Amino acid sequence: MTLSAEIAVTLGTLEMDLTVEVRPGEVLALLGPNGAGKTTVLRAIAGLQPIDRGRITLGERVLDDPSERIFIRSEGRPVGVVFQDYLLFPHLTVRDNIAFGPRARGVPKPLADTTAAEWIDRVGLTHLARSKPSGLSGGEAQRVALARALATDPQLLLLDEPLAALDVTTRATVRRDLRLHLAGFDGATVMVTHDPLDALALADHVVILESGSVTQAGTIAEVTARPRTPYVAELLGVNLLRGSGDGHQVSVDSGATVTTGHAVSGETLLLVRPSSISLHVQRLDISARNQWHFTVTGIDLLGDHVRVRLSGEVDLVAEITPAALGELGLVEGMPVWASVKATDIAAYPA
Amino acid sequence: MISSRRPPLVVVAAATVAVLFFVLPLVGLIRRTAWSTLLDDLTTTDSITALRLSLVCSLSATALSVAFGMPLAWILARVSFPGRALVRGLVLLPLVLPPVVGGVALLTAFSRRGIVGEYLYDWFGIQLTFTTAGAILAETFVALPFFVITVEAGLRSMDRRYEDAATTLGAKPFTVFRRVTLPLIAPAVVAGAVLSWARALGEFGATITFAGNIIGRTQTLPLAVYLQLEANPDVAIALSLVLLAVSLTVIVSLRDRWLGTS
Repeated sequence: MTLSAEIAVTLGTLEMDLTVEVRPGEVLALLGPNGAGKTTVLRAIAGLQPIDRGRITLGERVLDDPSERIFIRSEGRPVGVVFQDYLLFPHLTVRDNIAFGPRARGVPKPLADTTAAEWIDRVGLTHLARSKPSGLSGGEAQRVALARALATDPQLLLLDEPLAALDVTTRATVRRDLRLHLAGFDGATVMVTHDPLDALALADHVVILESGSVTQAGTIAEVTARPRTPYVAELLGVNLLRGSGDGHQVSVDSGATVTTGHAVSGETLLLVRPSSISLHVQRLDISARNQWHFTVTGIDLLGDHVRVRLSGEVDLVAEITPAALGELGLVEGMPVWASVKATDIAAYPA
Repeated sequence: MISSRRPPLVVVAAATVAVLFFVLPLVGLIRRTAWSTLLDDLTTTDSITALRLSLVCSLSATALSVAFGMPLAWILARVSFPGRALVRGLVLLPLVLPPVVGGVALLTAFSRRGIVGEYLYDWFGIQLTFTTAGAILAETFVALPFFVITVEAGLRSMDRRYEDAATTLGAKPFTVFRRVTLPLIAPAVVAGAVLSWARALGEFGATITFAGNIIGRTQTLPLAVYLQLEANPDVAIALSLVLLAVSLTVIVSLRDRWLGTS
């Protein structure tokens, strides 16, 4: 069943107003900075946070609509939630944690235990069925939390930062497992994360949430091809400029002029990939290239490439090879020329 | 951090006086105990009666404190309503109110001429004053606050997101309470029950004022101690020793909760 959630709620100074829609079998990633209201969206859908205005429906069923005074309490909603930190009940064994949902929904104990045993088997933790959560590793706890959420056979799965509590090495393994389980789940899934890698690996669609509003939404490919806000650009590690276009020229808000490969008009966003920028000690004598004069403000070594932060008429990040860094002899505070081919700049309406 | 410098002598002296002030009465009590006749003193008919009655009354008061204190603690911790601060203050009142005043207040409410007591007697023939039920009522009055504040603190400090998790799994409010909240706050519930029991066991002023001092009906241990002190000091001291032992046990059993592990 399709989840359709129109959520308007004020929490302290945060005013949230957004709409999300997820079809069955689809995974939607809610991506945003801390304090954007991501968890609140999940709580509203789960019925833990009543909304002020809006309407949340699952298929034909209305879960929350203040204007019609409809509010289905959390225990009556067909949702499974994997909480941040997992929140496994510390006093119950792994099996009893997973059997909790079916038991609470009135399934007789023997049957609930059978269901729990099946899920323990499915997530590969049979040997830990009688353990208490305190004895589990982060990855094991995550799998128990997922099994517990799915054991009630929900139509909607909500994941709040499912991988944030894990260390880097476990994260990759758990992410792969999670991907398999999500593929086997035929309901709608909403996942909150602040890690674009999670979204990339697990989600079909992504909604970018900033200060309570959706600033961008679409498939992963759409969002990565045309980021619309500085936050998304930073997540992707690309340069995003905003300006006013006229023909092949865009006057960037900071004052510089950028030449684009195709004609544009009106408010325009310019995507400059760091790898498309070349650095030179002197100005090049070539047209059809954008050239700017900069000061190097920072140099970060990242494996096989170097990110150079540049400050000038615009602020950019360039990506070069360690060899190029050595040849240019770049150090912080040094003046440098940067050039980008006009055709390497993606320009699209703001 | 604890300062490694030597503390001033005056401070050490004053602190030592304070410690002695606590220790000397205990030493005195133990020194005055007639150890050779201790068992006989504790097994006189009056002693046995008082011991048994105290046990019945204090356990009943604890049971009442749990039964009524749990919902009250839950409401104070979880429900926001106008006058909540006032209700909390009322609950705390018996902690600081002189017990004898509590006894007088109970009389005005539950004696045969009290606000409620009058109707209890006229309609149901129930009389609380000078009965064991009255002694239990008086003990509950002073014991209940200990249970309520301990459990309320437990409820406030627990991570409520566990309750959210239980709710999303389909648990109705009472199931959430029984299967998640209660096990998580179990240490606070046990501590609260032990504290209120110890308080009920030692109650004197409210009991003697409201329920009187009738052997076998309202004469609990503290009352027996007080009465025997003139006639039979050895028995009074033996019974005092029992109460002291109970208090020590309570302190020791709750030490992790209060004194930390350092």
